[in-house]
Amino acid sequence: MRVALFITCVNDTLFPGTGKAVVSLLRRLGCEVDFPAAQTCCGQMHVNTGYRAEGVRLARHFTEVFAGYDAVVAPSGSCAAMVREQYPKLARPGSKGAAAIAEVAPRVHELSEFLIDVLKVEDVGAYFPHRVTYHPTCHSLRGLRLGDRPARLLRNVRGLELVPLPGAEECCGFGGTFAVKNPAVSAAMGADKTRNIMDTGAEVLCAADNSCLMHIGGTLSRQKTGVRTMHLAEILASTEESQ
Amino acid sequence: MSATFLGMPGNFPKNSQKAVQDSQLRYNLRKATHTIRGKRASVVGELPDWAELRAAGKAIKDHTLRNLDRYLVQLERAVQDAGGTVHWARDAAEANRIVTALVKATGEREVVKVKSMATQEIELNQALAAEGITAYETDLAELIVQLGDDFPSHILVPAIHRNRSEIREIFLEKMPKTPEGLTDDPPALAEAARLHLRERFLRSKVAISGANFMVAETGTLVVLESEGNGRMCLTLPETLISVVGIEKLLPAWRDLEVFLQLLPRSSTGERMNPYTSMWTGAVEGQDFHLVLLDNGRTGVLADEVGRQALRCIRCSACLNVCPVYERAGGHAYGSVYPGPIGAILTPQLRGMGSELDASLPYASSLCGACYDVCPVAIDIPEVLVDLRAKAPHAAAEKAGMKVAGWILDDHRRLAAAQRIAAKVRGLVPKKRLPGPMSAWTDTRDVPEIPEESFRDWWERNERA
Ligand code: SF4
Repeated sequence: MRVALFITCVNDTLFPGTGKAVVSLLRRLGCEVDFPAAQTCCGQMHVNTGYRAEGVRLARHFTEVFAGYDAVVAPSGSCAAMVREQYPKLARPGSKGAAAIAEVAPRVHELSEFLIDVLKVEDVGAYFPHRVTYHPTCHSLRGLRLGDRPARLLRNVRGLELVPLPGAEECCGFGGTFAVKNPAVSAAMGADKTRNIMDTGAEVLCAADNSCLMHIGGTLSRQKTGVRTMHLAEILASTEESQ
Repeated sequence: MSATFLGMPGNFPKNSQKAVQDSQLRYNLRKATHTIRGKRASVVGELPDWAELRAAGKAIKDHTLRNLDRYLVQLERAVQDAGGTVHWARDAAEANRIVTALVKATGEREVVKVKSMATQEIELNQALAAEGITAYETDLAELIVQLGDDFPSHILVPAIHRNRSEIREIFLEKMPKTPEGLTDDPPALAEAARLHLRERFLRSKVAISGANFMVAETGTLVVLESEGNGRMCLTLPETLISVVGIEKLLPAWRDLEVFLQLLPRSSTGERMNPYTSMWTGAVEGQDFHLVLLDNGRTGVLADEVGRQALRCIRCSACLNVCPVYERAGGHAYGSVYPGPIGAILTPQLRGMGSELDASLPYASSLCGACYDVCPVAIDIPEVLVDLRAKAPHAAAEKAGMKVAGWILDDHRRLAAAQRIAAKVRGLVPKKRLPGPMSAWTDTRDVPEIPEESFRDWWERNERA
């Protein structure tokens, strides 16, 4: 299967390791992957902060870049939710833009959705001998309704011990520009999240969104907790040889 | 009398910062919201048809809002036919004028009140006080707020920010004839309030209420409550004045079937509320006035995205699940409508002219918990995002977002920016970013900027 990668601007710029992990994971599972070079950003930050015109321009660019692919895979729950849930609200019903969105949006999948729903694999042959806890992230949970897909994938990773995270469904406090517009509340939410993570005794916090992980990881690091953050793709890409 | 909400200074980030630092407040809020959230979840879980009920609630409300003019006229006629008098109030000032005149006409100087958001919204108690009329709140939590000279901080539990020892102090200090040796045991506190209130009920000739629902078909008003104070207010006095927002309408009697299931389960986490009072027009020996309040609602109705906020039945479920409300507390929103619903309703009703009102659409991380829990399926995140597009933006932010947009418009610009970032990566401080980004580094480290972006890595490995 030929798959277009939507790596997302945050991953591309700050977390290239996640993109590389997606490439090696999907190749290991027999996919042919392509990275359409003209891609930039889904426009989520602009739309959600109130800059709709810029956001709409980025959405249009996205639909042009990814038109014609059978499947688009993004290692980000919130960017996939942006395209699937919010794009349809950006275009006038019946317009050309709306048609383009209706074409592309249903083909965009978050990584765990793509693995389980499209490729129909739950065991990706990974090996990661560590104690891991999983934070579901709001847009994966309530936007995409990923449910237990990520957990199913993680449970099949050899050596991995998955421990439940108390208060998992609560927002970590990132919220895009919310983190800098409402820093006090954001930090309080982050602190509660990291306390729950510490309570699990996990070595690694895993999620399907690097933006949330950047916020939680930044808090964990400031508090010198020693807990690492890792994107789901990175754990799933790990093998005995890569350890 | 409690101070006024209108024109409250500050903005949400500043107001909430204070609350976040108040550990007692945070503890009170967390405990209360988590308890009620758990109760709600379990009683909602009991109903196999909750999703259908929720869809029905949404559909009935939407239908009513689309035909609001027609149903309001029908309601007016039904209330009049049943011996009541209907008044129309365009805004808060007009509503207050009407109510004040009605009370004055009775010759009374005291009124008892059933907890009502609409009268809070128009600040009726203050308007009455200015005319020498004292309004006594009879809901326990409202009483605590009123005696404490405080603001309500929750729709259902206005004194949620107070714990029982604080309530005991307020009673001892401000409530006449408080029993000596009052403990902070909840039943003891409730009993003290009951004794105090009973006297008021028996003395009062005028009562003021709101309503949870109005039925157009019959002209019936409905109040749901837990303490019985409402029933006392609604039945004992000679004159009853109800101030109700025009959106509280339901077309028909049978629509109540849906909402009497949705509301108690969502708000108090009970299968049914202890007291449901219904009245149609004026009963014998009682004078009944209905004041229909617009106060910005028609404007909200005109907004395609924002109008869904008028479906709200004020259950407060969205407050109890909101992680921002839980930390910021109700006062930070500077309005009688706090939490997620307040963040979308207040800026629509009041406009975004003040710094506070303009900050409200940003008082959310868009986590979506409020939408999931809302019994009438108001897509609060959608309305928040829509309001943000209409909110005023600071010049510096606008410039920054423009630049970011320009870079992201073209992948070559993005790649160039990434290479520059990689070059200066050693210079980016992990612990202290300059300017507005310092809000990030106050509590969080900055991730390391990589030597090479993903796209450059791909280019080097795949296209070579
Ligand atoms: S918005 Fe929904 S959840 Fe919030 S108070 Fe209104 S009806 Fe209840």
